[in-house]
Amino acid sequence: MSNTLSIEHLTIGLPEGADRPFAVEDVSMAIEKGEILCVVGESGSGKSMTANALMGLLPPGVTVKAGRAMFEARDVLRLPESEKQALRGASIAMIFQEPMTALNPLMRIGDQIVEVFAAHDRYTQSERREKALALIREVQLPDPEKIIRAYPFQLSGGQRQRAMIAMALALEPKLLVADEPTTALDVTTQAQILKLILDLREKRGMAVMFITHDFGVVAEIADQVIVMRMGKVVERGSAAEVLENPQHDYTKRLLEAIPTGKLPAARQLSETPALEIKGLRKIYRTGGGLFKPVREVRAVDNVSLTVARGEVLGLVGESGSGKSTLGRTAVRLVTPDGGQVMVGGTDLAALSDEELRKQRHKVQMVFQDPYASLNPRQRIMGAITDGPITRGIPRKEAEARARELLEIVGLGADAASRFPHEFSGGQRQRIGIARALAMDPELIIADEAVSALDVSIQAQVLDLLRELREKLELSILFITHDLRVAAQLCDRIAVMQKGKLVEIGTVHDIFLNPQQDYTRKLLAAVPGADWDQQGAA
Amino acid sequence: MWKRFRTNIGAMVGVVLLIAVILIAIFAPLIFANTPWQMVQRPFLAPFAMESLPLGTDTLGRDVAAQLAYGARVSLLVGLVSTLVALLIGVPLGALAGFYGGYVDEGAMRFTEFFQTIPNFALAIVLVAIFEPTLASITLAIAIVSWPPVARLVRAEVMSVRKREFVDAATLAGLSKPRILVRQVLPNTVSPIIVMASLMVATAILLESSLSFLGLGDPNAMSWGYMIGAARTVIRSAWWLSFFPGIAIVITVLALNLIGEGLNDALNPHLSRKGKA
Repeated sequence: MSNTLSIEHLTIGLPEGADRPFAVEDVSMAIEKGEILCVVGESGSGKSMTANALMGLLPPGVTVKAGRAMFEARDVLRLPESEKQALRGASIAMIFQEPMTALNPLMRIGDQIVEVFAAHDRYTQSERREKALALIREVQLPDPEKIIRAYPFQLSGGQRQRAMIAMALALEPKLLVADEPTTALDVTTQAQILKLILDLREKRGMAVMFITHDFGVVAEIADQVIVMRMGKVVERGSAAEVLENPQHDYTKRLLEAIPTGKLPAARQLSETPALEIKGLRKIYRTGGGLFKPVREVRAVDNVSLTVARGEVLGLVGESGSGKSTLGRTAVRLVTPDGGQVMVGGTDLAALSDEELRKQRHKVQMVFQDPYASLNPRQRIMGAITDGPITRGIPRKEAEARARELLEIVGLGADAASRFPHEFSGGQRQRIGIARALAMDPELIIADEAVSALDVSIQAQVLDLLRELREKLELSILFITHDLRVAAQLCDRIAVMQKGKLVEIGTVHDIFLNPQQDYTRKLLAAVPGADWDQQGAA
Repeated sequence: MWKRFRTNIGAMVGVVLLIAVILIAIFAPLIFANTPWQMVQRPFLAPFAMESLPLGTDTLGRDVAAQLAYGARVSLLVGLVSTLVALLIGVPLGALAGFYGGYVDEGAMRFTEFFQTIPNFALAIVLVAIFEPTLASITLAIAIVSWPPVARLVRAEVMSVRKREFVDAATLAGLSKPRILVRQVLPNTVSPIIVMASLMVATAILLESSLSFLGLGDPNAMSWGYMIGAARTVIRSAWWLSFFPGIAIVITVLALNLIGEGLNDALNPHLSRKGKA
């Protein structure tokens, strides 16, 4: 057998009091040399636990109960710690999701790579440096001589992930374990990293265990696919089989939940604008001192756009494109340096703080992080009614409305008396939507409102938004980095790059007939784009 | 939270010890017929020499056990009240500095640093020396030297909570800034404040004892520090005079520290040291 790794009947036990007895139950998988195995599942499916068990990185209290993982004719789960240490990095390497936290912020990139050699006692000092430089070149980091002396914070997210990959590759491992390595990255960067992993696989013939929640990514790179749910394998097979002809209900549901390239039928839009942004500018200035020039970042650079009443306008762009700043400026959490934000005839950008407070209800926001956007020490009722009561609505009325809204977003009125920690991420996002609706806003700004959610939950929240749009004639400015999501919900899409509005048009125009290079590049980078189109056809 | 606290053996020991000390302090007049200033026997009576005076008598023939019990009142009172006063100064100042930032922050922090640059104990001595040494002035002096860390802690906590999205959400709900600070931000900073306060009570007791030891205590209040200070000259011939108040201080401070640690682990379960318990 040419299997690089074969995991047989792996069972990992969780400590007492966890939501289920086993993190992973009776999981078997095999990866051949030069093969990419994608382990797919939603959060809590045990996919990361499997990888951590392999690396001996299980958190305290979590133990391997049964099964073995054969690698080079040895069971890596039962090796003594010293041999595990020798194995890690040298034969099995791992890259993580969050490149910022996985790199030591106080060490230069070059030194961190050199440290890998030093830890395994390979080569002399000067050879190590040379090897490090070669690796940095191999992962295609720009300007290697400079990068080797750079600190992690000087690198972008994608560059950091490349540096992580360079470290992982340092000792030419036979197996690379990648735990959601592209989840935190922009689409275009993600596409580049995926290509890099494919290239390296080709060149080095290493096996890759790729953990992801994104079927788009699976379509891009997988040879073999394993779908996990609640710690169990529910489906396995070649990528083509699983994607085209899923057998298990759960896989089918996951695949259906993925926002596909299918475009919704265009709707008739009203003429009255809910939001008019004219010539909006926001410049961030940093640094500046006796010897340092002030650094200016034009976060939003002369952007004008309108959102019609009842319209959903998608605002897409990569991180740093200024889309979030635009959203925050529109609700005036950020005060713009110039331009107008007209909502229902008032210019929010020109109001004084006190006047603004009275006009706040006109524009509301649904935030990205469902865990940070609710006060952990406040009951749901308080969170929803605080605003209306401040506006002068009698408490009784506000509370009745809050219960009604909780019903509308599908949580049930009894949710009101509970605290946020009793709810899951998707439920919290529903609460966030109810809170925004409680203010009877003319416009809702959804800032990456579904990005932090699992695909199936994401689909449910999108359904809810679509339903509310019909029912309540909502106008939404929907900010997202995910074009597939935008395509599902939006009437029109605006593309931003480096603070400027690149292109704006109906969903059909943007997707089927993009005018600008940048838009085309973004569309091409969407993982699983071809496969989506096949699915749509 | 109470569940996590209860399973912490150290913290429960602390609670039991502290309750014992508090009970003794409260019921001191009932347990001991004599005031701690009354001479009841010949001086230098060794412990356990007489059944009615289990801890012996001091240089003037006063009951050491009664002195200890009354001393607990002073120590606990000073510790508790000075901590409350320190919180009253530190929490609002730190909260304003952290929440409003800018000039408010600069001003408040320079003011705090002014107090931090002077050694705690030296400042306390000076303050007590300037005022008459009474219980009130000692408590105030201790509060004045111990609020700066509170202000810094609250400022840091408020700064990190202020950036959370639910604060943005409250702003969008049209809540006024002071209301956001009081209703949304501050409740999320209480756990570290509670932990710090429990440890501050212990430090305050130590400070009071040190001041009394130097003779800067309230002459009308019996305190553990005063007892040790008075027994300093006879430490070789009458060890019990300094030994028992010393043990009392150790037990009380230890109990408070154990409780503080326990609260810390119970309130911040993510930060609790792993592998323990």
